[in-house]
Amino acid sequence: MILKAEAVTKKYFRKSSESNFFYAVSETTLELREGSITEITGRSGSGKSTLLNMLAGLLRPSSGRVLLGETDIYSLKDKELSRLRNSSIGVIPQGQTGLDSLTVIENVILPSVLYKVSLNSEERAMELLEKVGIAQLAHSYPKELSGGELRRLAIARALINSPAVLLADEPTGDLDDENTKLVLELLRNFADDGVSVLLVTHEAEAEKYADVVYRMNAGKPDQIKGRPG
Amino acid sequence: MKKKTLPFKNIIRKPARTAALTIIVFLMSFTLLGGTLAVMSLQRGLDSLETRLGADIIVIPDTAKSKVNLENIIFQGVPGYFYMDKSYVDKLAQVEGVEKVSAQYYLASLSAGCCSMPVQIIGYDPETDFSVTPWIKKSYGKALGELDIVIGYNVNKDVDSYITLYGLDCKVAAKLEQTGTELDNAVYANVDTVKRLIAAAKDTGINELSKKDPEKIVSSVMIKVEDGYGIDDVAGDINIYVRHVQAYPTRSMISGIADSLSGISGVIRVLIAAVWVFVFVLLCIVFAAMVNERKKEFAIYRVMGMSRAMLASMVLYEGVIISAAGALLGCAVSALGLNMFSTAIENSLNLPFLLPNMGALAICAAVTFVLSVVISAVSSFYAAVKLSRVDPGLILREGN
Repeated sequence: MILKAEAVTKKYFRKSSESNFFYAVSETTLELREGSITEITGRSGSGKSTLLNMLAGLLRPSSGRVLLGETDIYSLKDKELSRLRNSSIGVIPQGQTGLDSLTVIENVILPSVLYKVSLNSEERAMELLEKVGIAQLAHSYPKELSGGELRRLAIARALINSPAVLLADEPTGDLDDENTKLVLELLRNFADDGVSVLLVTHEAEAEKYADVVYRMNAGKPDQIKGRPG
Repeated sequence: MKKKTLPFKNIIRKPARTAALTIIVFLMSFTLLGGTLAVMSLQRGLDSLETRLGADIIVIPDTAKSKVNLENIIFQGVPGYFYMDKSYVDKLAQVEGVEKVSAQYYLASLSAGCCSMPVQIIGYDPETDFSVTPWIKKSYGKALGELDIVIGYNVNKDVDSYITLYGLDCKVAAKLEQTGTELDNAVYANVDTVKRLIAAAKDTGINELSKKDPEKIVSSVMIKVEDGYGIDDVAGDINIYVRHVQAYPTRSMISGIADSLSGISGVIRVLIAAVWVFVFVLLCIVFAAMVNERKKEFAIYRVMGMSRAMLASMVLYEGVIISAAGALLGCAVSALGLNMFSTAIENSLNLPFLLPNMGALAICAAVTFVLSVVISAVSSFYAAVKLSRVDPGLILREGN
């Protein structure tokens, strides 16, 4: 399934400057292909995360459309969009996002029980935790985990419902070289399994793993590697 | 892991947050139920006192000491006595508008060796009585025999046990229902028993009694006014035409208390309202702060695919569980506390204080519980709905 941004923009209003608004994302069209990693790099504040959030259905664009297959996701009601995100779009948000009240395995299972009772979700969660290398921490709480382990928890959680698209926002931020390599290899493996991966990162190393690379500059992505999307 | 267990996990794994919210709701329900029950108990105590006195007019000797003694007996629980000539009973019966008259005899036992305890002894004449007998009949179906007594609710003796009064062993035939007034500390006996007690007291040399013949004295006369006559008018006629006695309409004796009660009830109501406004504002602030503190957590739920409605219902569920626990605790503590300390409250306020019956108490507790839960649930729900309308992308962007 292809996730596509068609001429999306995000405009914010502000009172303090001469012009009363600015574009966090200028008109952008891009496509995430099945089985490939699309990387968006660029300086802080260049609009990378804003674009990712719009693609995830978490931030309504000021104009343009986001299509998942043939569906314009922002034409859906909140309940339908939430369900679609739950089943088809895995998101790894920036920062530490473990839910403190739940153990690692409960964190991973949670998306799979929001809309249905899945009989094998615990099995699937353990499988993912093994893949990301933190199965031994399944019954620990997020506060007991290191930064790298928390990122891996977020990756496993984003993949629990076997989404067609995985959107990762700075998944290697603050990680050491060893953990950075581990996370990038994991994302590559998932892409090779057919998942469309969007990787928003500052990490120079990531380019080696990506099929398509965009550099975001003042809200506009310029393609610097790969076939145009 | 099931979705419905999520609110419980959030509550259990955040004990400080849960405790803080529970305490706020506890305070809210405690003040509402405690305050409401206190107001109701004061009103019920007053009603009970009026009913127990059972007469339209009370006539006593025309001395300042008699009035003070009577008020002390009724309102302060200080045993006392005063006497007038028995001939006044017949004189009062002749006054126009008087339907029934019945004499009562007051005697105070001592804490000395002759008596088990200092109590107010109230004697009545079973032949004419209309104010005490109906109450005694509720607890004791037969007529009282000589040296049989009926004790008030607070007198610490069991039925069939004995109390020694002026050297005479008096059998406790029954215990009266609670009135929440100082009359709960009194002992009732028929006129023959009281005359024997007065005679026995005379032998101990009590000053006033030593000069009097128990057959020729009474303490007060209870009067029931005939239908069609005004109580105040009849009392006024007595005060004009019968010398050396003073007639007090029962209601006017109680009106002083009613004024105090009205003042106290008003203060309690204002306090309840103030506490509720304060707690409601506090709850809104606390829930808004709590939701704000949890906004990144909520954004993560949204990232996973939780809809706005699902998120709001989860927060509502959490709010209901916490507020139900707080409200239950508040209701239980205030009901138990009032029950345990009702006598202490009565003594400190110097006002009749009678807790509502179980049915009324249960209704008050249920209303308080529902109100507390609804108000706190609405506050939490409102805060969650407000936040859920913000794009999660903006919250995640803010958080980083």
